[in-house]
Amino acid sequence: MRHLLSTKDLSRDEAINLLDIAEDMADVAEREVKKLPTLRGKTVVNLFFEDSTRTRISFEAAAKRLSADVINFSAKGSSVSKGESLKDTAQTLAAIGADGVVIRHPASGAPAVLAASGWIDAGIINAGDGTHEHPTQALLDAFTIRRRIHGQASRGTGLDGVSVTIVGDVLHSRVARSNLWLLTTLGADVTFVAPPTLLPSDTSLWPARFSFDLDDAIDAGPDVVMMLRIQTERMHAAFFPSSREYSRVWGLDDARFRRLGPASIVMHPGPMNRGLEISSAAADSANSTVLEQVTNGVSVRMAALYLLLSGDRKESKNVD
Amino acid sequence: MSIDGLQQHELQERWLIRGATLPDGTSTDIRLDGRGITELGIGLSQSGASVIDAEGLIALPGLVDLHAHLREPGYEHSETVLSGSRAAARGGFTSVFAMANTLPAQDTAGVVEQVLALGESAGYVDVQPIGAVTVGLAGKQLAELGAMASSKARVRVFSDDGFCVSDPLLMRRALEYVKAFDGVIAQHSQEPRLTENAQMNEGALSGELGLVGWPAVAEESIIARDVLLAEHVGSRLHVCHVSTAGSVDVIRWAKARGINVTAEVTPHHLLLTEDLVRGYDARFKVNPPLRSREDVQALRAGLADGTIDIVATDHAPHPVESKDCEWDAAANGMVGLESALSVVHAAVVATGLLDWADIERVLSRTPARIGRLVGQGNPIAVGSPAELTLYDPAATRVFGREDLAGTSTNSPYLSMTLPGEVRATFHRGYPTVLDGVVRSSLEIADQASGVVVHG
Ligand SMILES: [Zn+2]
Repeated sequence: MRHLLSTKDLSRDEAINLLDIAEDMADVAEREVKKLPTLRGKTVVNLFFEDSTRTRISFEAAAKRLSADVINFSAKGSSVSKGESLKDTAQTLAAIGADGVVIRHPASGAPAVLAASGWIDAGIINAGDGTHEHPTQALLDAFTIRRRIHGQASRGTGLDGVSVTIVGDVLHSRVARSNLWLLTTLGADVTFVAPPTLLPSDTSLWPARFSFDLDDAIDAGPDVVMMLRIQTERMHAAFFPSSREYSRVWGLDDARFRRLGPASIVMHPGPMNRGLEISSAAADSANSTVLEQVTNGVSVRMAALYLLLSGDRKESKNVD
Repeated sequence: MSIDGLQQHELQERWLIRGATLPDGTSTDIRLDGRGITELGIGLSQSGASVIDAEGLIALPGLVDLHAHLREPGYEHSETVLSGSRAAARGGFTSVFAMANTLPAQDTAGVVEQVLALGESAGYVDVQPIGAVTVGLAGKQLAELGAMASSKARVRVFSDDGFCVSDPLLMRRALEYVKAFDGVIAQHSQEPRLTENAQMNEGALSGELGLVGWPAVAEESIIARDVLLAEHVGSRLHVCHVSTAGSVDVIRWAKARGINVTAEVTPHHLLLTEDLVRGYDARFKVNPPLRSREDVQALRAGLADGTIDIVATDHAPHPVESKDCEWDAAANGMVGLESALSVVHAAVVATGLLDWADIERVLSRTPARIGRLVGQGNPIAVGSPAELTLYDPAATRVFGREDLAGTSTNSPYLSMTLPGEVRATFHRGYPTVLDGVVRSSLEIADQASGVVVHG
């Protein structure tokens, strides 16, 4: 793998291989010495054009556990917002000798532009681009679901026949898009539930079902319910009338949570708006994987960094 | 093509074009003496004239572009009137309407006269300034339309292009007011609220790529409103860069109803589709955006049946740094003058929808008529001004940087294979392009100012 830009590009075998390597990485985390020497001498830059402490420290922990050197380049509020371009920043990182760049950017496609540009020869990991994709989030979600369902027998398996209902602001969610492609590639059945204003206007090419009725979706007994974060700025842009109405119609409140099956999984990519898209009872229940997702995020990101950066990149250059 | 016996010390140039094919398919020699076409027929005498062998070449009246951004004054790092004129000549144009979104905007008699003068001294094409509809293109207050109309620039086309005159009352007043001097409002039809931060065509692909959609209805609703306003006040409306199938339907309906509306389509909307956005390559970012395959088919059909009257380039030069970046940050627009005829050839001639007589109509005669431009858009006939283009329809080439003649290189066609090539362009009786090469700015400026060029 040369870059990790989108889960749409991943084949089933590639995805399962990455999840299996993440299992190995998770085993390392159980050991007393949590560090592997694999990426010693490699430099990983966390290039964040948008604030996300959670994602950044997850990547930072992953890179450090693989013994890579980590440089955090927070481009927000620095020279970048004063007009330094993506191109200049990329060329600077190339000059520093970055082997891998983990990029978070508010513009959809920025990681793809970086990977195709020739400005920098590093492996690029998309850590969230605009409203496009967030591949490592989907990978950690898939990893979490797989572990909950298959436990120790996870290695080598997909998510065949698993029903996943994703609820909320699908239109603006990079998590929703990455999960759509990855979960369906792994064999899961995906249903999106959202107000019509928060779905893309044309979803004809999405291999998923769509519903406007959360109660119907809950009563269908999904294996997984994934609640998406609702951004506060949407509340003032006529996507829905009020946060109160949103939580009443589209939120996983206590009553809906209680109607879920005992083995069902409740997920949220964080940070949560408790009381808006998810109730505390649901978020803190045994069904909830919110904290496991955080833990698993490190393992999955270790696997991604390992696949991109171990070995000789020059040789793999023309393979992608 | 060869040039023999270019005479020195001639007071005016004489050219004999041998064996050209006219748009109707007939073959003829064409003699140019000074500023006019003086003879047509087979076996014309070459006495005193330089001869061009035009066997296999199509002779078209000089092309007229109703919609180009020449960027001067204010954005000379993107284009100047001179460099844009050169790009136009390279593409076979002899006249270009210069859009008003300069800095300062072309919203006063002084600025339009300045642009006119820059065009005159460049000498490659007639540069006809377009006037802004509103002061500073701000959409608040009518610009001095009458003063621009009665200026030396004789402005007849008014447009806030880049912005939509979205205020319905202001649009009504503008349409009414320009009736006083037979003007036309050229509307950039884009409902602003429906397109806030829009990045590409709204559809399945925008949903996948996570780019904010620019819905077709934002164009169609403004066109629908404007044709009804034009009908109500009995004025003339021109719709810029129609890009959707629904817009074609609305305009077809309006014309059937007798509304005085004309419409243009760009070469890129006739050839390219939104699928090119998939790689986030900002060369394909343009406003209105590239649309679906179905829209492209509808635009071609609309041009073929006359619903869409003309092709106009929307030539929009930008410096490299405006495109060498992430999609959201990139500027909208593509250069198009140099490639227009080849792209139209590929999109609608090679596909059998239009013939060369239609091309004469949509790229020369009708744009000149809509813009009320005298001396352009006339048929190749004795007594017509010597404005013409020789085009080799059999040529084929990989379009490259060397085919561009302006300041900017933001062409979406670089490294695409395109048919045809402009071999020569004549403006006011002198060649601006010869043997497929643009003549130097100094030579052309001298010719334009009447200085005799020595062969
Ligand atoms: Zn426009």
